[in-house]
Amino acid sequence: MRNTTRRAGLGALGVVAALALTACGGGSDDQAGSTGSGSSGDGGLTPVKLQLQWLTQAQFSGYYAALDQGYYEDEGLDVEIIPSGGDIVPQDALANGEVDYAVAWVPKVLGSIEQGADITNVAQIFERSATLQVSFADAGIDSVADLEGKKIGSWGYGNEWELFAGLNKAGVTDFEIVQQAFDMNAFLAGDIDAAQAMTYNEYAQLLETEDPETGELYQPDDFSVIDWNDEGTAMLQDAIWADAGRLADDAEYADTTVAFLKATLKGWMYARDNPQEAADIVTAAGSTLGTSHQLWMTNEVNKLIWPSTSGGIGLVDEAAWDATVEMALQTSNETGATIITADPPETAYTNEYVQQALDELTADGEDVEGADFAPLEVELQPGGN
Amino acid sequence: MTTGVAGPGVAEAGDAAVVAPSAAALAPAARRSRALPAPVRALRPVALGVAALVLLAALWELVKAVVPEDGWSVGELRVLPRTTDLAMPHVTEMLARLGEPLTSQPGADPLWLAVLRAGGTSLRIAAVSWVIGVVVGFGLALLMTRFRVARSAVLPLVVLSQTVPLIALAPLVKGWGSKLELGFTWEPWMSVAVIASYLAFFPVAVGALRGLTSPDTLHRELFAGYAASWTQELVRLRLPASVPHLLPALRLAATSAVLGVVVAEVSTGMPGGIGRMILEFANFASSDPAKPWAPIFGAVLLGLVASGAVALLGTALRRFRRAEVAA
Repeated sequence: MRNTTRRAGLGALGVVAALALTACGGGSDDQAGSTGSGSSGDGGLTPVKLQLQWLTQAQFSGYYAALDQGYYEDEGLDVEIIPSGGDIVPQDALANGEVDYAVAWVPKVLGSIEQGADITNVAQIFERSATLQVSFADAGIDSVADLEGKKIGSWGYGNEWELFAGLNKAGVTDFEIVQQAFDMNAFLAGDIDAAQAMTYNEYAQLLETEDPETGELYQPDDFSVIDWNDEGTAMLQDAIWADAGRLADDAEYADTTVAFLKATLKGWMYARDNPQEAADIVTAAGSTLGTSHQLWMTNEVNKLIWPSTSGGIGLVDEAAWDATVEMALQTSNETGATIITADPPETAYTNEYVQQALDELTADGEDVEGADFAPLEVELQPGGN
Repeated sequence: MTTGVAGPGVAEAGDAAVVAPSAAALAPAARRSRALPAPVRALRPVALGVAALVLLAALWELVKAVVPEDGWSVGELRVLPRTTDLAMPHVTEMLARLGEPLTSQPGADPLWLAVLRAGGTSLRIAAVSWVIGVVVGFGLALLMTRFRVARSAVLPLVVLSQTVPLIALAPLVKGWGSKLELGFTWEPWMSVAVIASYLAFFPVAVGALRGLTSPDTLHRELFAGYAASWTQELVRLRLPASVPHLLPALRLAATSAVLGVVVAEVSTGMPGGIGRMILEFANFASSDPAKPWAPIFGAVLLGLVASGAVALLGTALRRFRRAEVAA
């Protein structure tokens, strides 16, 4: 009697364990499906891992388009795109050798390089900055100087440097920094006077929200926007980073870098010429952003890249680089700290590989500058749907 | 019978928290209801659960109706939250949103289905974490029961392990995983499972240790008098005696595993699960206020399912659930 019961108990434990293990098999299949092809190369493809700096969204549409359209495969690459979450720092993942390439903002990485990360900017994808400081039109914040004495929203974590560069430049010293969440509720509720917003995401969130006074969606006229590109304190944002040590020693990795850049840039050109398709590709890759929001993001990101004034997508513009470095040296945040204390090493960026990729693309007859680029007029729906 | 004689396994202070809920959990479900017919008895907990949910919804609406839109502040400090439709959507709106499609993309799933799918992914990972946590926790407890030295050395480390914040742990585990040469690809979900099992093993280690060391000195001396081997003592005395302590620990481990999976998904950005959905939907808190609540409901459901599954396990081990401990 006693024995049978005990066996039944052990049996139950066994069943639970077996269920869990079979379930785990199922889970792994699902994951393989949603993160693209696995890292084990087949058919002689070179496995490549790309670490993004946030969740799957149209901010990265060029990479997803290159994957979906088979551009990576054409270059002999088996690319796995790895989205990031709250605590994954792309440049750290790259410096630790977990991935082959990473997408990250230049000022953030400059700090990591000073801390010893041996990585290099091989392609500056976004030429312009997308960071805005948004306030209600009737709040009277029309210039950086008007931020004096205001409650200023910022996400922190290295996203605040353009704001501080702007404040420093305008000589604004009396202000309160409010930690901002992923949504705009604190701004809409009046806890924040001027909120941080990316043109391609949070600004769209505002325009997808119903104005309780009119019952209609908020309109661009309802807001006053400070654009750091206009204020002269824009810093370089999304760039592709590679392992500087491997580039120097490993000829194969150097070749892979050119091939990877060539396919990636082609993906961005696809997103430029087919924004709706690119947005749909990102949604199919697992993003749950609404349809109009996704297209808005694709379109706004295109505006950051096209037309390229640096001679072609991905080329690091020396003046812009120097300006970002200068601001990283000079700008102090509310604690008095600066991003870096000395000039970054020569290896912090290189145009060598992206130039090769551009030459090959130009030889193929591709338009790498997009001088004729005309953005869409995207109509946002309530909730971004 | 109580552990009146202080054996070598005197409870550590921390154990109390683990064992305390056991009394309530172990008390045979309301004996007085035996008079009711069986189907009614079976439905009773369900009815109570539904009643609690309705009460919670009513309370939510009451707060919305009574507290002013701007919340309630004492000086600068807001003690009650804002009650605008943005901050606290109506219950009906949140439920209605569940029935609407995820996005306007043609062929998009309704929100409730997307949440259930994500919940299924997270639950599978949580099950793996739970098994790892139970195996590791129980193994450690056995080690600590067998060797006094191990107990002195390992127990402080076990307690210390829980002070490491997940934020620090997540990138480390993800980094190690990608560098391991195991003959298979280290998938993102494995990092999540490892991180969650790190939370899940703790209650099991502490609860099992408490249980395995719970037999009275009298009983252990009886086994010693029969010259029983340690294995015999373990199988016939310690393991059965550990069950009342183990079951609540297993249930705690299940909820820890779920919590760990959700947090680790947010932390590592693993796609497909409920944690990632919470992070992703946070985007819509302003423009679609009811939407971010859907994955939160999903996470609650996940915790209930996980702890319910472990409760089922408890019925299989009912034979050993005599209240040996008057806690």
